[in-house]
Amino acid sequence: MTNDVMQKLTYREAVREAIREAMKKDDRVFLMGEDVGRYGGCFAVSKGLLEDFGPTRIRDTPLSESGFVGAGIGAALGGMRPIVEVMTVNFSLLAADQIINNAAAYLHMSGGLFNVPIVIRMATGGGRQLAAQHSRSLEGWYAHIPGIKVLSPATVEDARGMLWTALEDPDPVLIFENAGLYNMEGMLPPDIGPVDIDKARIRREGKDISIISYSASLFKSLDAAEILAKEGIEAEVIDLRTLRPLDETTFLDSVARTHRALIVDEGWRSGSISAEISSRIMESAFYELDAPVERLCSAEVPLPYARHLEEAALPQVNKIAALVKKMVGTHG
Amino acid sequence: MKTKNTGKKKAAATNHNHAVHLLRSMIRIRRLEDKCAELYTTTKIRGFMHLYDGEEAIAVGVLEALTQDDAIVATYREHGHALIRGLSAGSILAEMYGKQEGCSRGRGGSMHLFDDKLRFYGGNAIVGGGLPIAVGLALADKMQQKKRVTCCFFGDGAVAEGEFHESMNLAALWKLPVLFVCENNLYAMGTALKYSQSNMDLAGKAASYDVASVAVDGMDVLAVEAAAQKATEVIRFKGEPFFLECQTYRFRAHSMYDAELYRTKAEVDEWKKRCPIATFTQRLKNEGLLSDADLEKIEGDVAQEINEAVAFAEACTWEPLEDLTRFVYSERRMS
Repeated sequence: MTNDVMQKLTYREAVREAIREAMKKDDRVFLMGEDVGRYGGCFAVSKGLLEDFGPTRIRDTPLSESGFVGAGIGAALGGMRPIVEVMTVNFSLLAADQIINNAAAYLHMSGGLFNVPIVIRMATGGGRQLAAQHSRSLEGWYAHIPGIKVLSPATVEDARGMLWTALEDPDPVLIFENAGLYNMEGMLPPDIGPVDIDKARIRREGKDISIISYSASLFKSLDAAEILAKEGIEAEVIDLRTLRPLDETTFLDSVARTHRALIVDEGWRSGSISAEISSRIMESAFYELDAPVERLCSAEVPLPYARHLEEAALPQVNKIAALVKKMVGTHG
Repeated sequence: MKTKNTGKKKAAATNHNHAVHLLRSMIRIRRLEDKCAELYTTTKIRGFMHLYDGEEAIAVGVLEALTQDDAIVATYREHGHALIRGLSAGSILAEMYGKQEGCSRGRGGSMHLFDDKLRFYGGNAIVGGGLPIAVGLALADKMQQKKRVTCCFFGDGAVAEGEFHESMNLAALWKLPVLFVCENNLYAMGTALKYSQSNMDLAGKAASYDVASVAVDGMDVLAVEAAAQKATEVIRFKGEPFFLECQTYRFRAHSMYDAELYRTKAEVDEWKKRCPIATFTQRLKNEGLLSDADLEKIEGDVAQEINEAVAFAEACTWEPLEDLTRFVYSERRMS
């Protein structure tokens, strides 16, 4: 594939093209959620789709998160392949009953009779001065729940390719799109197909430390690795991509090579996915470690509005670089 | 649109075979529940268990109006609905025993009975949680041009949940073929309707969403059946939702852990005079549609059915522990 046939696409456009392709491929697929139609999507992801597919398949909903997520579950049980857009993860808490008590539990409590092939997309993340109620990163918290899969596409390629794989999955899949990534551009071949959702990816190779991250924090980790490389420290950067089921093989193998691990997570530290990853390293790679596992997470506050406070609360490039230097320097 | 049918005007009498069928159906539920209570006290059944005694006319009357193509979403008080829909008493009891031959392989228990072939979408144990699911099933039917009804049972307690109001609005807004059946037994667990609703006119709440609604005497199987028939005709013809409030009473405690501190024995006894089985039996006898021999045969047949179901459940097997984590995710991809 040469560059001149590559397409420049934003993350937003990648999600939109993925939805468009899925709608064309399978007439059981439809999109519903708040403002997905006439408004064009809160983040303009679905802009133009109403004109192409009409109001039956690009379905505006009232502000009834529990109602329309539950309706999505019912439609999935009834033979459709719904993509339900919950505007942001913050509002998904109003649908937590349907996601956790119904979608995640139906297959098990029916003894395998009823699977729920629903895809629920939502924006996530902080960093835009939107204060506590619009800045949450709860994907790690959802990853606690057996019965659902939790995807966290960071790259434009994953934003484009994960949706179809999720729609083909027989079980409920939650896709978390970090709102800070929607404007990010990437180059993709026009005929790019679906991508796997089972494996983490090494986005930068290195021998001195494994930085394990996902979503928007991935790019902060990559930026930090760039700075560190200039100082002679080669950091390996892992993009988890999927938080449940967790591909532990990729990060355990990496730690076995680098002997150090830092987890960078926009979620909070206590009872978090970063705690889970740290535990798994302790359980399965303890004797590979030359230094304690470290974590860089958000400060344990509901995110504040003021810019300087919010920046201080979130993981940042300089903090990642400083922590890596400490880890590599003090335990040579 | 809202009409009242308080049941004062009795529905038209019915023929012998149909009458016996309705009575037999109600007795099947009652005897199954009696057996469940007995098996609970001998610890064969555990967990939460909610019995349907007193409310049988609703499941029997409403299910008469549905076809095998239609879907059902029920609550945690669903033994009767499952039985009348066609799940065998054996598979229901085996489920409550926790055996792998149970209708949900022992993964669900009393509150989560399921059957895919019968389109029985469960026992949902979150109050109000089944209503959006029913809306979605009906949405799928509408989008696939399938002329089917989704019937959703829930109690008066669910009317206080946001999911009730969201579902009424969605079903009316999108014109979906849902039959909402509110089994109003006057208590949400131990809280009387008057302590939880500022306005106790439940059919009126549905009507406020432009959902056609009727309140009916839920202790009268013929009244329920007639109302459900009319409701499903409207749904099938117009493709729009319908709300049926069935006014009823639960004779037993809320669950097996309920000391019933919130209501008097006198109140329960007063309602028991309106027992749907006793009153219907008497009415059929008065109208010459039921003989003592008929009743004896029903009781004999049902006793045999229940005994065989118990024997089946006893003989069923335990799922091996190696299978504990099955059915969290599907074992096959789908097309």
